[in-house]
Amino acid sequence: MARERSRSKIDRRTFLTGVAVAGAAGTATTLMPPGAAASPTPAPIDPAPRPSALPPTAKMAAAEAGTPQEIKQEIKRDSGKPGSDFMVDVIKTLDIKYLPCNAASSFRALHESLIDYGGNKSPEFLTCMHEESAVGMAHGYFKIAGKPLLTLCHGTVGLQHAAMAVYNAWCDRVPVLVVGGNDLDAAHRPPGVPTFHSAQDINALVRDFTKWDDTPVSLQHFAQSFVRMYRIATTPPYGPVMMSLDAGLQQEPIREHGGKLYIPRFVPSSPPQGDSGAVKEAARLLANAERPVIVVDRAARTPNGIKLLVELAEALQAPVVDRGGRLNFPKTHYLNRPPSVIEQADVIIGMELSDFWGVVNSFIDNHTHGLGVNESKIKAGTKLISISSVELITKANYQDFQRFQVVDVSMPADAEATLPALIEAVKAAIPNDRKAAIAKRGEAIRKAYTNGRANVRRAAAIAWDASPISTARLVMETWAQIKDLDWSLVASEGNVSFWPSRLWPMEKHHHWLGRSGGYGVGYGAPASVGAALANRDLGRFSVSIQSDGDLMYAPGVLWTAAKHKIPLLAIMHNNRGYHQEVMHLQRLANFRDRVVNLGNDMGPIGTSIENPDIEYHKLAESMGWWAKGPIKDPALLGPAIKEAVAVVKSGQPALLNVWTQPR
Amino acid sequence: MRNSIMWSRISVALAGLVAGVVLANGGALAASAENGKVAYVKHGCWQCHGFVGQGSAITSGGTVIGPSRLSFEAFASFTRNTNRTMPPYREAILPDADLTDIYAYMQSIPKPPDPNSIPLLKP
Repeated sequence: MARERSRSKIDRRTFLTGVAVAGAAGTATTLMPPGAAASPTPAPIDPAPRPSALPPTAKMAAAEAGTPQEIKQEIKRDSGKPGSDFMVDVIKTLDIKYLPCNAASSFRALHESLIDYGGNKSPEFLTCMHEESAVGMAHGYFKIAGKPLLTLCHGTVGLQHAAMAVYNAWCDRVPVLVVGGNDLDAAHRPPGVPTFHSAQDINALVRDFTKWDDTPVSLQHFAQSFVRMYRIATTPPYGPVMMSLDAGLQQEPIREHGGKLYIPRFVPSSPPQGDSGAVKEAARLLANAERPVIVVDRAARTPNGIKLLVELAEALQAPVVDRGGRLNFPKTHYLNRPPSVIEQADVIIGMELSDFWGVVNSFIDNHTHGLGVNESKIKAGTKLISISSVELITKANYQDFQRFQVVDVSMPADAEATLPALIEAVKAAIPNDRKAAIAKRGEAIRKAYTNGRANVRRAAAIAWDASPISTARLVMETWAQIKDLDWSLVASEGNVSFWPSRLWPMEKHHHWLGRSGGYGVGYGAPASVGAALANRDLGRFSVSIQSDGDLMYAPGVLWTAAKHKIPLLAIMHNNRGYHQEVMHLQRLANFRDRVVNLGNDMGPIGTSIENPDIEYHKLAESMGWWAKGPIKDPALLGPAIKEAVAVVKSGQPALLNVWTQPR
Repeated sequence: MRNSIMWSRISVALAGLVAGVVLANGGALAASAENGKVAYVKHGCWQCHGFVGQGSAITSGGTVIGPSRLSFEAFASFTRNTNRTMPPYREAILPDADLTDIYAYMQSIPKPPDPNSIPLLKP
């Protein structure tokens, strides 16, 4: 039939119709009895001029998208509302705003229902060029919006791409709804590519680092599981969840088995709170401590968490060490102190720490005995208190739970939810005769804070005029141009020596979103775009410090930002290397008394990103960004950032390629 | 093992002594800051300490080595023997001449400006 139409008149719709029919014809050969010779489908004679993008041959189309004859007959017999339309009805009840996604045939039915039946709203499809980018975007989006996004991926190869980003979300306690298309029915699914892209249990790939997964086998099962997965993902401790979604279930028409389909109502679960006895004991220890220290990592899940932590710290006049998994405590508060205060502590309370062992111990990678040295940072007898919801979802395989640390009071509970009770208990537990001493402690900390700020400014001045540009200058030239805006630093790894958190007056939850969680490199670019999307909807300005290696894992996310008009200022920290690895190789060579082999680069072979230098500004420009670079002269940086800020304020993304010092 | 540590300490002490003489004597044997700048990059000092010795809160614990507060002897001893975060640079990988030049380069780096002289760093 397709061949009877004039090729020159083929539009997208008729072309796809042709593919479906040709696919059916192509797969007909598979129905021949065993042993019969299959005659190859003759190539069609095409007298018309060839278009620049040729449609696939019937055989190729059948392999990728064809529907076997027996399924087509079934669809004809039972035509009605497709199952995937009902799935859209379910998804829409949860008010999921966006769907960052790389298209794939295993969820084509749901894709079609979302954009046509669902009107491409709630969720709106965002075209992504890599599944890792899609999940990374959802990761960044949640940290601003506080709401999860849905992503769809090919159940096998797409999920393999997505897996690192899912692991980051798991380690960073961020909910992402991942649905993988999978054609389970081996007797009916198309042979060839779709079968390569099917598996018995796609969820197994990410089961070790997702909170929950399921494979629904009916539409009612889908409705229950989708609402359930949303609830599990958004109950602290948050985390990604996975669903394997059968292609047949998506494509087949709705059949009501023994009752009308219904959509369960979503009711959010309350977060787990610390046991009242444990809270009381923690309060007693803190109230009577001489030098209590509060250490936080992901304690402030929401802006309210910051207020609660300030209240607790002020009640105790205790220094707060913010490990930076989120913005937990205002950088401008005098109780915000560096990690060195831990050494003098007699009571330490750790809240939502990803690594309590690492807080109270140090590991020195000095190759002693070929391993390294472990040293305690705290005094003997220091009491340790932990509030951590992560203990409730610890799994075995991946080692994100870090080394085991013995503590004196352990509360497997959500810190933010436990804080009101803890604050109340601490205030009640402070003896009257200790109040003057506690106030005096605060005065000493205030003095140390003031001195510390001066030291940071002195450190930032060093190498101020250097070329390549110092990371302190990079950060402060950026600050000068955004300080009067409602700004949000959407991503920046520790690779710029923590200058933003040391120099910028970060006070609000959206001023700093934390890092990737699992340290899977390639998080920064997509998470920035996702967070910038959420900030765009709030009228907020987004800026990222974008490192070179991170960007090159999946730079296609730049195109996604331009395509969907997501304004973001990306200031590149281009140190022209995988710098962590640069140092690792140097260390190992030194330990072994060998001169490290640099090849023709500055860093050891295999660690440099130079010769040729990547022209990131051109890369960004080619994908629809305003971009400039490479900037090597520090005097030119400020004016360039000013120009870029104006572009971002107009609604476009902008990138500056800046050559920087290594750290 | 103990012997090798002892010999290593003796050799470092001797190296320090020789370098000190070289630095003190000047003239034809004088250390070269220019050569030191090249050696500083070649031997990877820049990786943790930056190209002008500014260091980093992450990679050098905030230690600034441009210029260094250490005497040459202390610097040489530390560089050869460090057993903490910085890996040691023994003579097999960093010749004495390069070590001396590197120190000269570090000491040639101008002292950093007062942060109050930089508008962006004013409180």
